Amino acid sequence: MARQPDGPPPPPTVQKLRIRYAKRGRLRFASHRDLARALERALRRARVPMAFSAGFSPHPKISYLGAAPTGSASEAEYVEIGLAERCDPEAVRAALDAALPEDIAVLECVEAVQGTGSLADRIDTSVWRVELPGVRLEELAPAVEKFLAADVVTVAKRTKNGLKDVDARPAVASASAAEEAGCAILHMVVRQVTPAVRPDDVLAALAAVADLRPPLPPRAVREAQGRLDDTGTVADPLGPDRAARTRCQGEHATV
Amino acid sequence: MTGETLYPRLEPLLAQIQKPIQYVGGELNAQTKPWESAAVHWALMYPDAYEVGLPNQGLMILYEVLNERPDALAERTYAVWPDLAALMREHGVPQFTVDGHRSVRDFDLLGVSFATELGYTNLLEALDLAGVPLHAVDRDETHPVVVAGGHAAFNPEPVADFVDCAVLGDGEQAVGDITDVVKAWKAQGRPGGREELLARLSRVDGVYVPRFYAFSYGPDGTIAAVTRTRDDVPAKVGKRTVMDLDEWPYPKQPLVPLAESVHERMSVEIFRGCTRGCRFCQAGMITRPVRERTITGIGSMVEQGLKATGYEEVGLLSLSSADHSEIGQVAKQLADRYEGTNTSLSLPSTRVDAFNVTLANELSRNGRRSGLTFAPEGGSERIRRVINKTVSKEDLVRTVTTAYANGWTQVKLYFMCGLPTETDEDVLEIAELAVEVIRAGREASGRKDIRCTVSIGGFVPKPHTPFQWAAQASADTIDSRLRLLRQAINSDRRIGRSIGLRYHDGKPGVIEGLLSRGDRRVGRVIERVWREGGKFDGWSEHFSFERWTQAAAEELPAFGVDLDWFTTRERTEQEILPWDHLDSGLDKEWLWEDWQEALSEEEVADCRWTPCYDCGVCPTMGTDIQIGPTGRSLLPLTVV
Ligand code: B12
Ligand code: SF4
Repeated sequence: MARQPDGPPPPPTVQKLRIRYAKRGRLRFASHRDLARALERALRRARVPMAFSAGFSPHPKISYLGAAPTGSASEAEYVEIGLAERCDPEAVRAALDAALPEDIAVLECVEAVQGTGSLADRIDTSVWRVELPGVRLEELAPAVEKFLAADVVTVAKRTKNGLKDVDARPAVASASAAEEAGCAILHMVVRQVTPAVRPDDVLAALAAVADLRPPLPPRAVREAQGRLDDTGTVADPLGPDRAARTRCQGEHATV
Repeated sequence: MTGETLYPRLEPLLAQIQKPIQYVGGELNAQTKPWESAAVHWALMYPDAYEVGLPNQGLMILYEVLNERPDALAERTYAVWPDLAALMREHGVPQFTVDGHRSVRDFDLLGVSFATELGYTNLLEALDLAGVPLHAVDRDETHPVVVAGGHAAFNPEPVADFVDCAVLGDGEQAVGDITDVVKAWKAQGRPGGREELLARLSRVDGVYVPRFYAFSYGPDGTIAAVTRTRDDVPAKVGKRTVMDLDEWPYPKQPLVPLAESVHERMSVEIFRGCTRGCRFCQAGMITRPVRERTITGIGSMVEQGLKATGYEEVGLLSLSSADHSEIGQVAKQLADRYEGTNTSLSLPSTRVDAFNVTLANELSRNGRRSGLTFAPEGGSERIRRVINKTVSKEDLVRTVTTAYANGWTQVKLYFMCGLPTETDEDVLEIAELAVEVIRAGREASGRKDIRCTVSIGGFVPKPHTPFQWAAQASADTIDSRLRLLRQAINSDRRIGRSIGLRYHDGKPGVIEGLLSRGDRRVGRVIERVWREGGKFDGWSEHFSFERWTQAAAEELPAFGVDLDWFTTRERTEQEILPWDHLDSGLDKEWLWEDWQEALSEEEVADCRWTPCYDCGVCPTMGTDIQIGPTGRSLLPLTVV
């Protein structure tokens, strides 16, 4: 008969923490898998009492939400972890931040409050800022206008099964051009659809509609993620947990 | 300005290539010191891809040892994949270190670790990208001193034209001595230029400077003499040996990459050296004598390393880990200590005996038992006597069966093909063995889903071993024996489907053979191969046998020799071998006797347990085997 692990099953999850972190600088070149590996090791170094799955190769309870592409920086990556012992979220944030490389910053950590819904349900949109070194505002602004005016902008996207045509236009909820220190900046709000439309795809679309071809590789930063409402604002996905917590702390205070 | 960061120029290129993370540095426990803070700057290179090179223990140790010195700075560099190399050439970005992204050209020394000879073309590529002249003679005093180390440095002649010196043996103390010499020479205003610096280095124990030794050849192509061109350099260069491993508990802060690497665990070296005396094994021969780390030394390295890295697996590394005099206690006490922590322990040992299964059981107490590896190396009892890795067929089958009975479902068996005196029958016995193992294993475990993987590679004779005189088997011989083996395994489908066969064709082994036992003339071949685009020769998708054979056919005839001359030719007792002036401590006469005994199928005992001093290492090096048992125990960990 196949062997079974001896001893009791692993302790259950008693607390869920939701974390926002940033990848910056050189580590924008880290892939989703690289970041996952780094995070798991950092959790061990920080001695966070993780809950584990059962079986011979127990895995720590971590759920990742869609990661920014390799090469893009981000100020808003989200992950949810399950703990076997209750901890102070701020202490976990600080310990994890210290255990991660410098270019990964743990920005927020809040306790998931039951009944407020899943984190994944609160994220359907990304806010991007793309620096275009070597491009001037006068070039970018008309290109963005042309793109927004189009109904369909087809770009070829590299997928596992070769090149695939994708319409980049509908995913882009809004876009605008700006300039900082002589460098054109593209701001945009992009819905997370399948197949994904990434900053690269939008840039390919700008090349298609307006022949905009940046002389140097652009630098993209995901500034926020969340749910896009009818007014065009992207809501903080940790908001509901924070609100529920304040409410319940308030209730305790009155006892 | 020297030591300036190239990152702003590199960054735009990184956006255009595969796996850019491997070039950005910033690993956990990486160090970047201010350039001006150090008097001596070392660039340390592993001449293969980052994912292979980063986990290398040897360089990790030297990196830490050097950076602990306030007057030295060490940064790492790895082979650059062709996609980035092309962009670097286009944009004039030189070979850089991943720590400070500094140009390799700016460093005082470039230390390169050669665990295998297949990294030679990558050295040339890196020198070229760095803007350092390929040939040592063309460099001036502003260029880095190129230092080769690692096991392959025990015959550096094939790369003698490209390196300035080679370090034989352990590097921990040697790099410190080299740093002292370079520091003093720089402080004195570089007297005598590069020639003087190299002359001073040649007087450091364990450092060989090829340019001070000239080779002449006889009419039959063999070496007529190796003569010194300066009389102040040693006639024979000895190797370095770190005697007390507990004094060198490195790496203390192992590097942890973000990128995936070939070795996703932390390693603690539990001893150095090996005395089993397997006749094919260069590593076992050149790292004598055995020096054990004590159980308490191992315990504290494991604990500190886990804290520093967050790894969840620890490998107890050495050449034959089950041979540690206190391995039973090491395994038990570590398993006790980490019980219930999701930390797993592993032993890369491959000794074929029941004790090894017991050890593996202990280390996997509560973990998955998937694969266990044994290395009988030879298919028949006869050939195992020739290679001095004696184990009877019965013991082998019994050991593997015990493993299956204990819940291990996959057993991997390592073999070599093309060993001296080998016949088709010796290799075909591997099939019989595998079939028997599966049959007995199914019975003992009561399971049908057990598997046995036979992994087999071509044997390459190596310098400083009793087989250094042997004729290497041709690629055709290896390929035809592997074909027969595959047919034999597949002949009984009911059993054959539980047996996997993994092998490489014989061609890369031929080139490895040329590079292993080659002399200075082979340097021409390496250079030509690199000029024609050869690099990453350890990767089958990059290795081109045709490029190598053509380069050999074009460069070697001028010297009256050819590829076969270096590989499939048996050497005589009198022949001067290209590494005779490099002393691994082994007595050449003893090696020859052992070679003769191999041919008459006689075994030698393990000197760890039966002291002998015959091989010459202990008396010539003034060393001794350093083993326990110490009888000490690990203290319980205090919880913080
Ligand atoms: C772990 C390991 C691996 C790992 C990790 C490799 C890595 N990147 O480090 C993996 C599984 C990937 C691997 C792969 C291979 N390995 Co391996 N591996 C080992 C093992 C078990 C440990 C290596 C180690 O860390 N040693 C301890 C360190 C401290 O020693 P060291 O590296 O030699 O360094 C010291 C000195 O040599 C010196 N030094 C080293 N470099 C330099 C540089 C300078 C400038 C100086 C001054 C000094 C110096 O200083 C160091 C400190 O004293 C050894 C066996 C062993 N115990 O040595 C085999 C071993 C090195 N591997 C071997 C082989 C054959 C291979 C492969 C070619 C196998 C294959 N066919 O694919 C590949 C090659 C991979 C590659 N392209 O490099 C052989 C080498 C054969 C030989 N020389 O005769 C060994 C000896 C095993 C054996 N018994 O046959 N290997
Ligand atoms: S056991 Fe044999 S093969 Fe292994 S290191 Fe020792 S001598 Fe080499």
